[in-house]
Amino acid sequence: MPEPPDGEISTTEEFLADERHGFGGVAGDAGLLQVGAIEAGPESAHRRGPGLGIGAWMAIGWMGFIILIAVLAKIGILTWGDANESFASCARKGPFANEGGASGFLLGCDSNGRDMIPRLALGAWTSLLVATGAVTLGFVIGGTLGLIAGFSGGKVDTVLTGMFNVLLSVPVIIMALALVAFLQGASGEGGALSPEMILIIAIGVVAIPLIGRITRASALTWAQREFVLASRAQGAKSRRIMIREVLPNVLPAMFSIALLAIGIAIVAEGALAILGVGVRPPTPSWGNMIALDRGNLFKSPHIVFEASLLIFFTVLSLNFLGDVVRARFDVREGGL
Amino acid sequence: MSPGEDRFGDAPYDGPLLEVTDIKTYFETDRGLVRSVDGVSLTLERGKTIGIVGESGSGKTVLSRSIMGLLPKRGVVREGSVKFEGQEFIGIKPKDMRAFWGAQMSMIFQDPMTSLNPVMKVGNQITESIRQHLDVSKSFANELAENLLESVRIPEPRKRLKEYPHQLSGGMRQRVCIAVALACGPKLLFADEPTTALDVTVQAQVLDLMAAQQRERFMAMVLVTHDLGVVAGRADDIAVMYAGRIVEKAPTTTLFANMKMPYTEALLSSIPRLDDQSHTRLATIPGRPPDLVHPPKGCKFAPRCPYVQDKCREEEPLLTDAGGGHLYRCWFPVGTPEGAAALEKNRAAGAAPAAALATGPTTGGQP
Repeated sequence: MPEPPDGEISTTEEFLADERHGFGGVAGDAGLLQVGAIEAGPESAHRRGPGLGIGAWMAIGWMGFIILIAVLAKIGILTWGDANESFASCARKGPFANEGGASGFLLGCDSNGRDMIPRLALGAWTSLLVATGAVTLGFVIGGTLGLIAGFSGGKVDTVLTGMFNVLLSVPVIIMALALVAFLQGASGEGGALSPEMILIIAIGVVAIPLIGRITRASALTWAQREFVLASRAQGAKSRRIMIREVLPNVLPAMFSIALLAIGIAIVAEGALAILGVGVRPPTPSWGNMIALDRGNLFKSPHIVFEASLLIFFTVLSLNFLGDVVRARFDVREGGL
Repeated sequence: MSPGEDRFGDAPYDGPLLEVTDIKTYFETDRGLVRSVDGVSLTLERGKTIGIVGESGSGKTVLSRSIMGLLPKRGVVREGSVKFEGQEFIGIKPKDMRAFWGAQMSMIFQDPMTSLNPVMKVGNQITESIRQHLDVSKSFANELAENLLESVRIPEPRKRLKEYPHQLSGGMRQRVCIAVALACGPKLLFADEPTTALDVTVQAQVLDLMAAQQRERFMAMVLVTHDLGVVAGRADDIAVMYAGRIVEKAPTTTLFANMKMPYTEALLSSIPRLDDQSHTRLATIPGRPPDLVHPPKGCKFAPRCPYVQDKCREEEPLLTDAGGGHLYRCWFPVGTPEGAAALEKNRAAGAAPAAALATGPTTGGQP
């Protein structure tokens, strides 16, 4: 885990304060620290060499692999037969368990005797779908509000920042739970919304203030640059300045935080699953696989362990890539 | 050159291009009202240049931005009158100002490193305002941009259009800024310390370029600088600012031949000379500019002035007309018997700043 330099962390008390509302996992906390490093602004350039470095390539490789198996699972290539088909005799058996005649269960089976590989692959699809969907929602809404707040300043900024602060001070899990409960409705069916969609909205709303604040902070520093004034002196409209001059400069920070946020959202999906409001079984997600078999942690640890390991490496890769994006885009800033 | 030049020329206006009367610009801060510009008046004819000179914090940048209306939205008090071709600017909405910005008047900023957008191609930064103000096609705007880059003497303009600011040197970037400012053929150009951030060798080139463009386009220019040397050969009039006010204003030759204000004299003597012996101490102006929240009671320059008398500390001098457009604000002007007597009196009393100024080399700043 690449840690930001100490000096950058110190500027972000408010984010550190949020740790207590965090998702509790190691990855979640680390993500919040990274968030702080981003908010320190475009000046906090620590340069990397021209290449991406082996770590970045490993992270890209891992993400490529996860996305590939997720897509393959979704279109039915990797899930030979049925991901929900169960083989009673091999229930809870660890890796390399063989059940007469059936193909080898390379990663073992879960407590219902279902092969882990197709379930993990399909779980990757669900987890990534929920996480990216949620972050996209947060990115679009939070990013827009943050850009407007940072660029306009004054009352608009006060109101929007106040709103972000209120949202940030509600413990995220409580907030997400409340949103899920609200969206599912009394019947628990969710009406027209699929369980995945409900999770996307719930986690997305939580992501809005996070991304909004980062965008606001970054937009604020860029909006005070002389080229913005120069553009105004040339007669450009405010909206045009915001979109053409400020936004392109803010985007790197936004993308960087979005990558970190996807990692946090994956963990959040897991946390919600453990609390019983995740994707509805039998649809697998990494979160509900852990949730389902957390009672078997001592008898057959491989079930929880495998899903956790995938979450761990995925979140680690995303955090790392977020950092790489930031470092790379800062080079341009340093070149000026 | 650019079609914008004649676009608004169909309604001839006879008066001066720019008439600023008693403009005041105050900023509301936690400490109180900062009087950055406190009653400045000036007029500028078409095609002429006025140099605004003063040290940091004298309000020269705020003055130019205030005239142009480019001040922050909040916490600013702006009073007085700014007339551009007879059109009053004070009190009109930024939305209506936009028709003037870029098309009629534009500004070049101090630091070319920060006044270009780092993520936008040079070409787009130039064509952006062309497309906004002039009704031309994209390809024509590109052609115009190429011509502009050529006219600011950037080699290979076609190639440069597709480059980003970080691919250009500082001098080139300032040329691009000039091209951006000239894009729509403004009648009035504000140049806010256009050469301060540049290498000395490039400074003269950029200034010459601006002068050439000014002649070609018959454009008026407000040249803001802290360096009397920059405006000496280039401005028709010079206004010296101190603590938000004009303390002396005169046609350039008059000012250098017959300066009345001790502050102007001090500014001039602080320019190093080639014929000075080596290791000559540089002349400085002791002290620092006054606090603009609580300015001194009398003459604002009194605490630092070698000519200072009791009267200066009590009563603020009015802008006096010395004839020929020469205005100054001093009770004991330089080059007059009263001034000489005041200086003599101070020197006899052993006031250090006086000695420092009168003999050139100084013994160091006085608090």
